[in-house]
Amino acid sequence: MEILATSKTQFQLSLDRMIDESVVYGAKPKAIAYEFDRLFSVDELRLDYDIALLSPNKYFLPPKTPLLEFKLDPQVSVETMVDAQPGIIIGIHPYDMHALKLLDAVFLDNLRDINYQTRRQAITIVGVDCLQPWQYSFAASMGTALPPDNFDLWLTDLGNEYLIEVGSEKGERLCRRYFKVSDTGEAQVRKREKLREDSLSHYKLSLDISPEEIPELLDTEWNSPMWEELGQKCFSCASCTMVCPTCICFDVRDKMELSQLAGVRYRRWDSCMFDAFAKVASGENFRPTGTDRLRHRLYRKGKYMLERWGELGCVGCGRCVHACLVDIASPVYAYNRLAREAKTR
Amino acid sequence: MINEASEKSLYLPRPVKLIEVETLARKEKLFRLQLEDGNVLDHSPGQFVEVSVLGIGEAPISIASSPTRGPVFELGVRVVGSVTQALHRLRPGNTLGIRGPFGNGFPIPELEGRDLLFVAGGIGLCPLRSMIQYALDKRHQFGKVILLYGCRQPVERLFRQELREWRERDDIVLLESVDRCPADIAWEGSVGVITTLFPSLDVEANRTVAMVVGPPVMYRYVVAECLKKGMAKENILLSLERRMKCGMGFCGHCQIDNTYVCLEGPVFSYARLAQLNEVEL
Repeated sequence: MEILATSKTQFQLSLDRMIDESVVYGAKPKAIAYEFDRLFSVDELRLDYDIALLSPNKYFLPPKTPLLEFKLDPQVSVETMVDAQPGIIIGIHPYDMHALKLLDAVFLDNLRDINYQTRRQAITIVGVDCLQPWQYSFAASMGTALPPDNFDLWLTDLGNEYLIEVGSEKGERLCRRYFKVSDTGEAQVRKREKLREDSLSHYKLSLDISPEEIPELLDTEWNSPMWEELGQKCFSCASCTMVCPTCICFDVRDKMELSQLAGVRYRRWDSCMFDAFAKVASGENFRPTGTDRLRHRLYRKGKYMLERWGELGCVGCGRCVHACLVDIASPVYAYNRLAREAKTR
Repeated sequence: MINEASEKSLYLPRPVKLIEVETLARKEKLFRLQLEDGNVLDHSPGQFVEVSVLGIGEAPISIASSPTRGPVFELGVRVVGSVTQALHRLRPGNTLGIRGPFGNGFPIPELEGRDLLFVAGGIGLCPLRSMIQYALDKRHQFGKVILLYGCRQPVERLFRQELREWRERDDIVLLESVDRCPADIAWEGSVGVITTLFPSLDVEANRTVAMVVGPPVMYRYVVAECLKKGMAKENILLSLERRMKCGMGFCGHCQIDNTYVCLEGPVFSYARLAQLNEVEL
């Protein structure tokens, strides 16, 4: 689609107005990391952030989503509950857009999840190229360092101006409403391609095989001693899954009001890394050890999600690599090591 | 805030009326239910529903009755957690919610014309009862019907009246075992684990399909006995218990390798299970 340009001064003015008139989220510096949060001033926004602690998926699949509200008195009633606020997210990185593609496949392609769908439709996405990647990221080697085609608008920082690519009608409307743009020439687009290409060489971690090879690699490595070696160190703290942009597992729970006459049924993030995740009522636990759970997670990321929903479950963002307290969560380490071991066998 | 849902949530339960409650054993009750909107549940034997008690939560429960028995359906529920405790407190006339039916159920077209060997351990009789009733109601569509039922002790036996009726029929063979029997209780069945019923069993391996439901520990031994009888792996069907939270392939709790028990199961052939890494049988 169309690629336009806007000067940085103009961009600031546009965003000022956008933040005034709409609910806008973007990466803001917080105490220990950048985090997507509501913007109240354009100065809070950092488009050159390296990583956000949690992916913006928290806006589509929040840690806690109310599903139903019910009353027990005077009559029993249950209603569908949907809460979504129209808004704009500015500055999603390419790898997180790849993750969103997977979430769309899960929650929209087969059975449509009304809560996810409503939130997804209410949000306009303005992505940005990640030109200075985070030290723990390996997105380039996962093929997720460049944007897929699911954005509304896409920004690239050319130094003195931003290029704006229009990806959807929703994006076009947003662009027309807020941005003062000029047409671009071939030179600007070439500069964007050069910057993107250069960014790929800045990644410090990389997968030694092609991502397409991960599923077949896993087919032969179920009994690798690596699983036990890593798994026995696992705290089952679930940090790796909480920060993962493709982790979607949840629990469904009820919460009553103090009156005990009404309440809400909600889903909240759960994790296959928690020891009771696969435990049934009779007490049997079908994934009783840290090893079982760590292996399941890395199979889900590297094989199962692809088989089921057509997208790999790892986008190489590196959040889990950094979040793990005992340094065992890294998919790139695990897959590289398995590939190495398979080769030398 | 947008609060008007244009569509109903996938999680919205359908109201069902509790018609009757029957005590089956110390921890088990049978609930007779009917959809309040007048519709039929339209389930297959072997499927399950998510039973909802508002304010407490949901639990996956197998349907214990056959679709051939009309609009009333039955759930056998053992008290194990908060939802099942709440269920046990309900009285006839109360309303509860269900979602579903979910899962595949038993492959009825593949069972037609075959001998059926049911192997039930404890509360595993509930999901099998749905299929047993179905087979008895459409008796001419199936060959021999054999039920092996094992419990820990006689007092834990479920559906005693129905067991008696089945014992009196000549078109179903019922053999029972208990792990142990207190001295003061009269018991005519076998004493020992359920596999003690196998050696004397006369099955034609190539025309029999086994359907096995019980505690996880039972499967390995029963499968071994079926194989010993010469049955093919494809003809040994097991229904698995997992923690299905959503029933729709989203929540992840029931996953075995890449298989969702709530979608592709809960009924699997042993041949299929043998291909899965996370199943040790």
